[in-house]
Amino acid sequence: MSSDTPDGRTVDESTDDPLIQTEIDAEPSPSRDAERTETIVRTKDLSVYYGDDRALDDVTFEIPENRVTAMIGPSGCGKSTFLRSINRMNDRIDAARVEGDLYFHGKNVYDDDVDPVALRRKIGQVFQAPNPFPKSIYDNVAYGLRVQGTDEDVDLDDAVERALRGAALWDEVSDQLDESGLDLSGGQQQRLCIARAIATDPEVILMDEPTSALDPVAASKIEDLIDELVDEYTVIIVTHNMQQAARISDKTAVFLTGGELVEFDDTATIFEDPTDPRVEDYITGKFG
Amino acid sequence: MSTKREELFADVDLSQEKLLNRLFHGLLAAASLFGLVMLALLLLDVLWESSQALLTFDIDIGQFLTGTSSSRAEQAGFGASILASIWLMVLTAVLAFFIAVGCAIYLVEYAPRNRVTRLIEANLANLAGVPSIVYGLLVLALIVNDAGLGSVILAGAIALALLIVPIIIVASIESIRAVPSSVRDGSYAMGATKWQTIRKVVLPQAMPGILTGTILALARAIGETAPLIMVGTLLHATRYPMGPLSDFSAMPTQIYNWTYQADRMFNGLAALGIVVLLVALIALYVLAGYLRRRYETEGGTISNV
Repeated sequence: MSSDTPDGRTVDESTDDPLIQTEIDAEPSPSRDAERTETIVRTKDLSVYYGDDRALDDVTFEIPENRVTAMIGPSGCGKSTFLRSINRMNDRIDAARVEGDLYFHGKNVYDDDVDPVALRRKIGQVFQAPNPFPKSIYDNVAYGLRVQGTDEDVDLDDAVERALRGAALWDEVSDQLDESGLDLSGGQQQRLCIARAIATDPEVILMDEPTSALDPVAASKIEDLIDELVDEYTVIIVTHNMQQAARISDKTAVFLTGGELVEFDDTATIFEDPTDPRVEDYITGKFG
Repeated sequence: MSTKREELFADVDLSQEKLLNRLFHGLLAAASLFGLVMLALLLLDVLWESSQALLTFDIDIGQFLTGTSSSRAEQAGFGASILASIWLMVLTAVLAFFIAVGCAIYLVEYAPRNRVTRLIEANLANLAGVPSIVYGLLVLALIVNDAGLGSVILAGAIALALLIVPIIIVASIESIRAVPSSVRDGSYAMGATKWQTIRKVVLPQAMPGILTGTILALARAIGETAPLIMVGTLLHATRYPMGPLSDFSAMPTQIYNWTYQADRMFNGLAALGIVVLLVALIALYVLAGYLRRRYETEGGTISNV
């Protein structure tokens, strides 16, 4: 078949590809405008193995642009593995092996001619625990621009301010940009990491349980921020907090143990009327 | 009732165990103190000898610290040897630091995780345990004789650098490994290349540990005598060394040469020389401790190296 075709929406593939079906059925997100959006990330039969253990099992679905897509599921269900395979951070793990296809704008990111460094310049990531560099707040935000060599093309001060404003952190740190990023509170550190990620203006921001290490107040600030970020970016967020997924996401993917994608649909549908009984069990707390 | 309560533990006899406890406590404490006592004895002996020397002979401290050595004890000074040791330390540090840090970066960040890498890492510890005279012999054969460099400071520095490279590598590997992987991930996720990540994130955080390890290794090198004797040193450092290609006698070798002179005054000079050497050593230890404390408390906030 034409599984090698870089662009997933070719006609000859649509006959047997369930993805296309999903796209046609997809209702516009209730919380965003009714306009349909392009698919930005698409997977086909994506499996990830750590040694002999399969962490992700033939995952096939599409993630829409400028939307918040949430991955939920119990621990060890492969949702973080999926996230890391989008920007090829799994390459950093020797034992990890990826099978299947993952398309970013129709280009398979696992093709030989794709440099993961280039890929990561278009797909930013925010981690579970805040991990600012032991540098000043300014240098943290400027880091991406500097390593990507764009710091001389732009007004760096301006770019840093814009990123910090975008991460709703500017008002709190504008007079202490020279101080270490490690001196900030946990919630501020996480927003610093978001500022760092958006400073280089990527297209997609991956978030791996970004609020799980934070207190509820700091977490709700991050959630508000995500709601604003999605105007400009595509946000893919892993969370094991179902209320959070329900609050902030447009689309929700439910993974269950064994790395299986059980259901993917509009968030409202997943939480109110899931098709798969296992999803209903998980959401109502009977499983996981 | 009360008598019953008092008798509750009467059937448990602990006297035997307690005696053993105290016995071993004492033994272990004595073993720990042994090193301290020996160090104190050594220091007292050195101080006693040097004070005796100052009282017995007419030694001008200023002249001793700045002058050159001489075959006549009344005119002998330690200055040329102090200068030679400074030259040695600077050259050794430059030679050893870059090779050792480069090797450590390669082993941690680049080398494939296989048997060869593990073998190399395991043998670094063995290399650090090789008797120092062996390095002296190696340099004597290869550098001094075959390459025809002669018995100069550079040759001595090469011997000392070979001696401390494995020590610095081991310390550097530890510091580089200690940089949390979450910070590396943060850098890679920003689209940084491997070298950018190493240079901008890993090395700045590992540098305090690397520097501390380097200084402690230099502290070992500054007192090394055997490799320098093999390389060849002057019996009396009668000239100030002018550069890496001067012949020389460093502090430990000059002290050694003074100790077997017939003139008793030379023995007194040797005792004073040991005090100077010890002061230099302590200064290096203090510097290492200062660096470690400073960067530990600040969480490694040096932004760029």
